[in-house]
Amino acid sequence: MTVVRDRVATRIASPPMHRRLSPLLVVVIGAAIVVALTYTLPPFRTYQLATVGAYLCVTAGLTVLTGLNGQLSLGHGALMATGAYTLALWQNKFNLLAVGIVVAILVTTAVGAVIGLAAARLRGPYLAGLTLAVAVVVPSIASTFDGTFNSDQGLSVILNPPPDTMTVEQWQAWVCWGGALLTVLALALLTRGRFGRDMRAVRDDETAARLAGISIARTQVTAFVVSAACAGLAGALFAVIAQSVSPGAFPLTLSLFLVMAIVIGGLGRLTGALIGALLLVALPAVAHEIGEAAGSQRLEGNLALTFFGVVLVVVMLAAPGGLASLRIPLKKKGQR
Amino acid sequence: MKRTAIVLAAVLLAAAGCSNSGNSNGGGSSADTPGVTDSEIVVGTHMPLTGPAAAGYSKIAPATKAYFDYVNANGGVHGRKITYKIMDDGYNPANTQQVVRQLVLQDKVFAILNGLGTPTHSGVLDFLKTNRVPDLFVASGSRSWNQPDKYPGTFGFNPDYTVEGKILATHVKEKHSGKKVCFLGQDDDFGRDSLAGIEKILGPVAAKQSYVTSNPNVGPQMGALKAAGCQVVMLATVPGFTALSIGTAAKIGFKPQFVVSNVGSDPTTLAKTLGAAAPLLEGVVAANYLPLATDTANPWIQLYSKVNTQYNANAELDNNVVYGMSVAYLFVQSLQSAGKDLTRDGVIEAVKKGGFTGPGLVPVRYSASDHSGYGGEQLTTIKGGKAEYFGDAYRTDDADGAVEVYKTAAVAPPANGIPAA
Repeated sequence: MTVVRDRVATRIASPPMHRRLSPLLVVVIGAAIVVALTYTLPPFRTYQLATVGAYLCVTAGLTVLTGLNGQLSLGHGALMATGAYTLALWQNKFNLLAVGIVVAILVTTAVGAVIGLAAARLRGPYLAGLTLAVAVVVPSIASTFDGTFNSDQGLSVILNPPPDTMTVEQWQAWVCWGGALLTVLALALLTRGRFGRDMRAVRDDETAARLAGISIARTQVTAFVVSAACAGLAGALFAVIAQSVSPGAFPLTLSLFLVMAIVIGGLGRLTGALIGALLLVALPAVAHEIGEAAGSQRLEGNLALTFFGVVLVVVMLAAPGGLASLRIPLKKKGQR
Repeated sequence: MKRTAIVLAAVLLAAAGCSNSGNSNGGGSSADTPGVTDSEIVVGTHMPLTGPAAAGYSKIAPATKAYFDYVNANGGVHGRKITYKIMDDGYNPANTQQVVRQLVLQDKVFAILNGLGTPTHSGVLDFLKTNRVPDLFVASGSRSWNQPDKYPGTFGFNPDYTVEGKILATHVKEKHSGKKVCFLGQDDDFGRDSLAGIEKILGPVAAKQSYVTSNPNVGPQMGALKAAGCQVVMLATVPGFTALSIGTAAKIGFKPQFVVSNVGSDPTTLAKTLGAAAPLLEGVVAANYLPLATDTANPWIQLYSKVNTQYNANAELDNNVVYGMSVAYLFVQSLQSAGKDLTRDGVIEAVKKGGFTGPGLVPVRYSASDHSGYGGEQLTTIKGGKAEYFGDAYRTDDADGAVEVYKTAAVAPPANGIPAA
């Protein structure tokens, strides 16, 4: 934990407030780009774009938790599973998607609050261990209560077909990026205000923060809950994209990949979360291309992991603050 | 935040850039049918090449491809060569979602052929239906594939697990009457359908246990069955778990008669997995509906053996290879029947028309109202490391129909090994 904290502390040199673009403006521009892309990309790329959006929800929430508040969670895959299963059960009963997504977020928030309460009492490796256990337990829960969760086979998700004017993939991309951009906007506003300062203060020095009148436990629990809500939204969106949920979709490796992605992207930065989300979709695809070119389909099952590892090592050596910390020389001149 | 906007724009535009190149290779079809040109038919599948179900099953798709290569070398089907795209899903339903979308949306395949697995394939039925992709000869015996009203383009291949359960249970009822019969099955439709069939014949089993493929340990389950005093254990397991169950039972000194579902019974695969403990397989009863790989006198095996040597790098000929080539043979039959003007609806109509004869001991059941595959099985037992057929072939349905003997002899393959138009 100290390692994470120190590194982030040295890297996050916030530029002065007045130089920043309004998050609202960024989100509006982002929405325009996404809409434009859904009309130009072929269907499979649009589907991948939707997946990036769903990943962005969870990586954004996780980077705030880990990067800004210094809590390392290895259990966000399990929180995503909570959101996904909630949505699946809701849809199969009521078939009201918008309400279902909200319910999924609420249920995951509640689960996150429970884990967060325990997490606030733990530090460093113990916190990682607790969240790891949560990630590991998902398949067991699904097979123990197989009457509800249907074991490894999982549940299919009933969805109404999208409006006739758009394709399924366009609709998926819109829904996912709608969720992602709202998440990013909410997190950007939240972390800029008092809560963001509290989180950084707690991360940097708990004693000093307490002396300044900040409630350590409340800040940590709130950060965990916010992050869990984001993960729940991501899980619900994944259930919508895949039209099915199963424990295999939320394995331990997913939780680890999420942490790797935000570290490679740049801890504590929403830009880093975006880069991480892109990598989560792009690297397995690249691994597949390589596996196919090498003529061995068996390779690709394992190649993505190797790839992530190599990228992590290279990025940490070349840019310890993550890809988002890289500065384009041209821009540097203008800024300084 | 300015950087956020720039990065956002840059990466999304980059994504747009690489996408256009991906777009262009899908087109170029002379007709409007995706995946079909005058010289090629592109077909895709999802298979467990890695992961918990890879043992044995990973040999199926290469065998199917080998038979297609054989057909291609002999002029193809109506002048078109078949390209078979094999995707690894690791028997993980989440991966299946991903790879099937890639096959349909990016690679623009004509059809999905022989997608393997009950839990995996269940998740893509709706997607394939929405995109009107023929979903032929699913490599599983779940009854889900036989829903002509709900999924008009989906057809099964294996005898369904309920049919199989009824046939295996009939044998148990005749040969092991009065003994305590127990059940271990996969915790999904595979195990449940199988148990349903068994209980239709035998009534409730004495004890039942289940396993999940994500947890490779059946110690507690076998212990419970031993404690229940089971004398016959019926397994609805994939090959890795069949071997694991038999091995685990031996370790705890539990020696019941094992009766195994066809999908988990290939002796070559099991012997390889068990290694030095392979003699434990002696006397294991299972069932099959295709010629057995070790029956070298069978004309189908001679054909497959020739194709295997020439186009499958002389892989060890086991029942998985036989299965893969039989799927390919049936697909070529369907394409021949669909005619030169190949469309997605055309091939579905051709399969519905049915009337295919091939390597199976019993016929496939395809009709407008029935999308399930083979309708029965014959029992096998393992002797000297090889499976051998015994008794008669049986046919039945997945409801309460009687289990009846099927006497008609199997047909021989055509002289050139390729079904005629």
